[in-house]
Amino acid sequence: MKYHIPESLAISDSGFLFFARTGETFTLNQIGKEIIRLMQEGLSLDSISTKLIETYDVDEITLQKDLHDFITQLQLHKLVEEQ
Amino acid sequence: MKIGVTGLNATDNPGPGVPVIRSLQEATHIKTELIGLIYDSLEPGIYMDNLAQKNYLIPYPSSGLENMFERIKYIHDKEHLDFIIPNLDSELFGFVKLKNRLNELGIKTFLPTFEQLMIRGKDKLFDFCTQHDIKVPKNILITSQNDLYSIPKHFTYPVVVKGIFYEAYIANNFEEVITGFNKLRVKWGFPIIIQEYIAGSEYNVVALGDGKGNTIGAVPMKKLYITDKGKGWAGVTINDSTLLELTHKIMQKTEWQSGLELEFMKSNETNEYYLLEINPRFPAWVHLATAAGQNLPEALIRLALSENIDPFTSYKIGTIFIRGSWDFITDMSVFEKITTMGEI
Repeated sequence: MKYHIPESLAISDSGFLFFARTGETFTLNQIGKEIIRLMQEGLSLDSISTKLIETYDVDEITLQKDLHDFITQLQLHKLVEEQ
Repeated sequence: MKIGVTGLNATDNPGPGVPVIRSLQEATHIKTELIGLIYDSLEPGIYMDNLAQKNYLIPYPSSGLENMFERIKYIHDKEHLDFIIPNLDSELFGFVKLKNRLNELGIKTFLPTFEQLMIRGKDKLFDFCTQHDIKVPKNILITSQNDLYSIPKHFTYPVVVKGIFYEAYIANNFEEVITGFNKLRVKWGFPIIIQEYIAGSEYNVVALGDGKGNTIGAVPMKKLYITDKGKGWAGVTINDSTLLELTHKIMQKTEWQSGLELEFMKSNETNEYYLLEINPRFPAWVHLATAAGQNLPEALIRLALSENIDPFTSYKIGTIFIRGSWDFITDMSVFEKITTMGEI
């Protein structure tokens, strides 16, 4: 499964996110920022999970749960669209 | 070019005069000299450094148009005004009526027509929007307390209780409607408007129309901070093609001449924009548009001078305004001068 990030969503190096279509702003932590970047690169959810497991000291069940929670938040704010 | 500007009441319900002057000071195509036209000797704009080079008290429109005209004529004799930009809703009808006489004096204006002012009236907006397929909250007009009993036939609570010119209250039940109704009745008279409450986020657009249906400039803004009076105290320019399309449609259908502000509510439920109000003058945040690349007050003057100007096509997205309070310290003699002499 892939998620599309709208063009009007700008993310800075500090993890500050400005959605130019709605004027909303958000602050992401390092991992949140990384997930958005990977989505922007067009990676599937499975590929993102694999990358994160390789990079961080986390078990797959915890990662899947946290990733699911994060994507739910993004969808709630209409920051991503399912492709 | 010497320009008279009203609305220097930069209070907690700010008039647009100060940001209009700031925009005109930043004009690049015209050289401006600014004269403040004030209704009260405590309008904060009078006391701001480097704003208007001179300020004159003018009488409230309610004291009669002839009074106002005579006072402007006196100011014109001294200052040789080339242009006046009225910035307050309540004075616009008067200035529209005086337009030709001011023109005869050599003072130009760029105002909406009487008919355009009527279309956007809070009691007429619903008809205009439904006629042109623009989403608008349902509303009914209240002309007596008895009419309030018909509310349950039309709406479920909460509803918005609005004055004909200014102010609105959200009422969650009949008792709150009565409270709002009484406040607005005393202050603004009838009719009072009962409007469907749309839960959502507020978005505004400042725009300038050339009077032929064309939009010369438009900048949408999301309010980031709203005061308890409902005033945007911070906002950011955004990129929303739907809002701009709606703006172009409204400018085209009204053939709006002058600046305006469109107030929209984006419904949480449907994600659609509902037009809440058309304010027939620049808003108090118009300087944000100037900072973002569209100096609409300057463009208004150039339009009035029949200059051919290309419509603005872009603005800087993500430009933010944050309003603040600032105490101006002055001497009693300054206040005395403006109060007793009517000019400073």
